[in-house]
Amino acid sequence: MLFLDHIWMIPLLPACGAAMMFFFGRRLQKSAVSAVCVGAVVLAFLFACGAVLQYTTWAAAHDHSPYEKIVYTWLGSDTGHLTYTTQDGSPANFQADAGFLLDPLSSIWLLFVTGVGMLIHIYSIGYMAHEGGYYRFFGYLNLFMFSMLTLILANNYVLMFVGWEGVGLCSYLLIGFYFHRKSASDAANKAFIVNRIGDAGFILGMFFIAWLCGSMRFIDVTHLARSGHFSIGDPFVTAATLLLFVGACGKSAQLPLYVWLPDAMEGPTPVSALIHAATMVTAGVYMVARSNALFVLAPTSMKTVAIVGALTAIFAASIGLVQNDIKRVLAYSTVSQLGYMFLALGVGAFAAGVFHVFTHAFFKALLFLGAGSVIHAMSGEQDMRNMGNLRDRIPVTYWTMLIATFAISGIPPFAGFFSKDEILWQTWTSEGGAYRILWFIGYVTALMTAFYMFRLVYLTFYSKPRMSHEVEHHIHESPASMTMPLIVLAVMSLFAGFLGWPHSLGGSDRFARFLDPVFARGEAHVLKAGGEASQLAAGEKEEEHTSSTEYLLMFLSVAAAGAGWWMAGRAYANADKGFVEPIAASAPPVYDVLLNKYYVDEGYDYVFTGRRKVGDVRLGAMGLGEASSWFDSHVVDGAVNGAGWTTRAVATLSSWWDKWIIDGIGVNGPAILARMLSYPARLLEWGLVQWYALVMTAGLVGFVFYYVYH
Amino acid sequence: MLDISILHYLVLGAVLFLLGVIGVLTRRNVVIVLMSIELILNAVNLNLVAFSRYWQGLHGPAAVHGQVFAIFIITDAAAEAAVGLGILIAFFRNKETVNVDEVNLLKW
Repeated sequence: MLFLDHIWMIPLLPACGAAMMFFFGRRLQKSAVSAVCVGAVVLAFLFACGAVLQYTTWAAAHDHSPYEKIVYTWLGSDTGHLTYTTQDGSPANFQADAGFLLDPLSSIWLLFVTGVGMLIHIYSIGYMAHEGGYYRFFGYLNLFMFSMLTLILANNYVLMFVGWEGVGLCSYLLIGFYFHRKSASDAANKAFIVNRIGDAGFILGMFFIAWLCGSMRFIDVTHLARSGHFSIGDPFVTAATLLLFVGACGKSAQLPLYVWLPDAMEGPTPVSALIHAATMVTAGVYMVARSNALFVLAPTSMKTVAIVGALTAIFAASIGLVQNDIKRVLAYSTVSQLGYMFLALGVGAFAAGVFHVFTHAFFKALLFLGAGSVIHAMSGEQDMRNMGNLRDRIPVTYWTMLIATFAISGIPPFAGFFSKDEILWQTWTSEGGAYRILWFIGYVTALMTAFYMFRLVYLTFYSKPRMSHEVEHHIHESPASMTMPLIVLAVMSLFAGFLGWPHSLGGSDRFARFLDPVFARGEAHVLKAGGEASQLAAGEKEEEHTSSTEYLLMFLSVAAAGAGWWMAGRAYANADKGFVEPIAASAPPVYDVLLNKYYVDEGYDYVFTGRRKVGDVRLGAMGLGEASSWFDSHVVDGAVNGAGWTTRAVATLSSWWDKWIIDGIGVNGPAILARMLSYPARLLEWGLVQWYALVMTAGLVGFVFYYVYH
Repeated sequence: MLDISILHYLVLGAVLFLLGVIGVLTRRNVVIVLMSIELILNAVNLNLVAFSRYWQGLHGPAAVHGQVFAIFIITDAAAEAAVGLGILIAFFRNKETVNVDEVNLLKW
């Protein structure tokens, strides 16, 4: 079990690549950088294949339990320093290991992350060949692979969160790769900050789980959840799962935290392909699937997940109908498809959701890489209004993108048909048809998806050429390093769906079978909550039986895809310069709202960031800053100034008191009194001779009178 | 014709005395003040002589006490005038003035 025992090597290989780029990437030649970084990922992929193969044999011998390898104890210990009490009063030890878990779920993610990552690394050799910062790009890309692999292979929530944060960081670094452009720098900030909001939810959810379960390891949490310890609808479990879902919304761009993904297209196209299509945005889906035991215990959370997923799907699809930048269309398409995945998870169809992640990784990565190839051919032009009639000039790109478009629209037998159809079928039948309205939302979204994807194809590859002459002159097919991954991904988009060939069409659905141990299908534990028996196993929620309704719905899905294709063809197949959008012609206000993305970013600017003032008031974070600044300059400084003023007033008062009262009355008073009272006494010694004579005379007269009249 | 009794002499003496006192108190020149003092003394003399004459009329010609006393006073007045003038000269040597207002070295 060589590969299994050394499973920690898989994330370590790209980590070494990143470290080497960090330390001496600058001095290396481009060829050396490619060899190190791309080689690391190729090795990681081969290693991953070996590990998964060995896991299948191991699992067969060990009752399909997950394989866990703990390398060392990272946080916590058994000396009891990090103990706390759980919800039911029992003491627990907080421990997070650097441990790796391999089970069917992480195997699938491991294979497509390393596989698609490898193809994108190879593609980037050609795409970034003429760009500056070559070593920096590959260093960040490798760092991303390391973080994503840590996230996938972690055996506990804390280590997963390390990977979670790492991919967020790499997303920031890579979106802002052309940091000299302000728009790129702003987009990077936006991505990281919006992600962070989700991370807050994730952390709170983790705290809840620690408090509820006494452990952060997935195995422990799943075991406790399935043991009947918690009742269905337990409020704390609901809270924990809702908070985890908030984290997933941030990372996987669901409403209302999706706003960073379209802006993230500022990064180089391989970044959009890897991070924002195939891997990072699926981290939220992975996390929810990993926590399926908890989610199954909280029907409210599941409903929330399903509703948010469906609404996101249709919302993003509607915006994608009118966008003119080729990458923006694909970005909104990603948000929309992620909505499908969460819809699947929310209705309990976990395997279908994971299957859609798997197929989506291939065709979405292919679409983005193809778009990159188109942009490369068009010398940097990204606006579809300036493209047209490229199919004969860049045939490989054209054919591969066409295959991907068939896949995403859900046209059989391409990959997307099987996964999307499975999701829609599960939505229709789940919980006895409670989610039929969500099925309808998903159905309309499928129609829209087909429409905007074929619009992309028609405007780019068909219709009349609308580009300038110099650009037309330079159109050329991309080099082999770019076209080879396209071909490989096209093959996967064609055949990957066969892994999940449904029962209704005679297949064995090997994909879902593979995932059975993860979602505990066939091991239903019955819980008696108030005498009722309920199902706890996630897998049990998926319908096993086929019926004629399924064929009808399948037909409707294909019809929707076909209708979307036909409508796009009618509107855009012959589009020439200055072509009119059908939505703009029929309903201009609707077109404006969609083109401006429902003004959500502006709304956030008013309410949450405070970049725009509402009247005279500034709300949001900047409003808080403004309010604090106002408080500081008026209240705090006012108090300081007031203290100073008071001191001066008291001093003035004091000096007045001292000058007029103390000096005036206290000191001068007795003096004046003494002078006044001494006046008569002074007269005795006046110094005037005649005055003395007068006094003598007066005294004499007085004596005479006294003697005469007495 | 008015009968001149002792009253008239006494009134005259009083008036002279009063004039002398007023002169002492109000005159500026020191010499005049000394003269006023002399006037006071002489008024007293007049009084004494008048009373002596009156007593002679009552108690015989040997009752000349008043007149004798008047001689004493004349002598006294002479001595006093000498001393006073001596003071005046000493004062004048210091201050070069005979203005009594300027005797004010002890004035506060």
